[in-house]
Amino acid sequence: MRTAVAPEAVGGIRLTGLAKTFPSPQGPVRAVRGIDLDIAPGETVALLGPNGAGKSTTIEMLLGLTRPDAGTVSVFGLSPERSVDEGNVGAMLQTGSLIRDLSVGELVTMIASLYPKPLAVDDALELAGIGSLAGRRTQKLSGGETQRARFAVAIVADPDLLVLDEPTVAMDVESRRAFWSAMRAFVARDKTVLFATHYLEEADAYADRVVLMASGAIVADGPPTEIKAMVGSRRIRATLPGADRALLAALPGVTDVDLRGEAISLVCSDSDLALRALLEASPDVRDIEVTGAGLEEAFVQLTHEDSEAEAA
Amino acid sequence: MSTTYTRLELLRMLRNRRFFIFSLGFPVVLYYLIAGPNKHNDDLGGSGISAPVYYMVGLVAFGAMTAVLSAGARISAERSTGWNRQLRITPLTTRDYFRTKVLTGYAAACATILVMYVAGATLGVSLPARNWIEMTGLILVGLVPFAAGAIAMGHLVSVDSIGPAMGGTTAVLAFLGGTWFPITGDGVFATVAKCLPSYWLVQAGHVGLGGSAWGRTGWLVVAAWTVALTALAARAYRRDTGRF
Repeated sequence: MRTAVAPEAVGGIRLTGLAKTFPSPQGPVRAVRGIDLDIAPGETVALLGPNGAGKSTTIEMLLGLTRPDAGTVSVFGLSPERSVDEGNVGAMLQTGSLIRDLSVGELVTMIASLYPKPLAVDDALELAGIGSLAGRRTQKLSGGETQRARFAVAIVADPDLLVLDEPTVAMDVESRRAFWSAMRAFVARDKTVLFATHYLEEADAYADRVVLMASGAIVADGPPTEIKAMVGSRRIRATLPGADRALLAALPGVTDVDLRGEAISLVCSDSDLALRALLEASPDVRDIEVTGAGLEEAFVQLTHEDSEAEAA
Repeated sequence: MSTTYTRLELLRMLRNRRFFIFSLGFPVVLYYLIAGPNKHNDDLGGSGISAPVYYMVGLVAFGAMTAVLSAGARISAERSTGWNRQLRITPLTTRDYFRTKVLTGYAAACATILVMYVAGATLGVSLPARNWIEMTGLILVGLVPFAAGAIAMGHLVSVDSIGPAMGGTTAVLAFLGGTWFPITGDGVFATVAKCLPSYWLVQAGHVGLGGSAWGRTGWLVVAAWTVALTALAARAYRRDTGRF
């Protein structure tokens, strides 16, 4: 049985009502709960979300590696399997190492030979930033080099759609930077890209559009600046005897106030501004702590708001 | 089918040291140890053929079984590292994937056969060309069920246990198949042996005796194992990947 294709979805990527539930000892886990997503050709979209948000399952269904329980996938008007067979898709899965006993150049040559119109192997290696490693055996690469070799494997097909599932996880800062500049070089060739990440900074820096996932659903979808404003907030925690909610809420840069006796907690869109104003307004504030609210926290908040809205 | 893909898979095999040790080195060393001292025995244990011929084919069976089954070990390893998933998002078809794995296993088996024939010649084995060819043909056909078994095992057994599983299977099949001593008579042991595909690999050494080395029973047993293991392999593959 093949996944049915929505006939009108030609040109880009279209996910419609996509759902997947996995059995587990604790009962069924609803990994993806009916998501709809359209991606236009040439867009670079980040799928942002914490672990367990359903990003990988969504990607596996998009690639035809996992069969959805419900919904349809269309990749340039074809089913995922057909699109893969035609050589339209390149992907770097979240887990996976390289086979050993081949050099990087031989490995990429092997994969290139499976495609109808691949890039020259040297070009793929160059784009991935590992031109100098062509002769090295795959088992002798460092972690960051392995990821870039996997990237070369994904792009050598010269695919129209490139899918990357948390490509920089476990990379150090330097390798991460090198990786993303390689990605940019490839995208410059007018490609459609979908990458999953749980780093807000990566989504912000490299995507045209950010799709926020939590608990198997899409909770937000928009340009990076919008998403950043939603989830990129900071929190000021402090002790303030006789704190007044209205006064705190009126401080510049503060978006939300939480009061528990003397303990105050301010969610801020601009924590620098808020902190200066707080110190001026209430000189006896102490035990001040400023933290990034963090994605996980932001997601909890967003999904919480969602379920409250549903309940209402 | 991509010849580059197959060529590079063969290259990987040649770069793998275990291949040379287990598929080539082991059988040759054992051959000289076992057949060497019995070089002048012209009728080994009532088998009707000389010790050098008998053990040459016995150890070809052992080495070639190991070689073909090692395709399963490679499948299992590629499953555990996620490489098979990477291949599933390329245009490579499942059929071509298995074809390449089996071909690689057969290439290793041919290397074993060749090396063992040379070893046999050094102990004085000399057969008419027709017999060499017929014997080789029977061995290659006799390996077909092992190729199907390799694919089944590659999908059923985890990479941690596949080494012992393959080693154990090969050891038992070689023992019951007559690699180490000729199996004669009509006892229970001989009856069991005749139902095994490894027995018929070893029997390929009887080509020089006039008539067919296999007879109807041999062909039937090999065909039955091929059908059964192919069905098992298809089932294991579907269960493992959720594909139809």
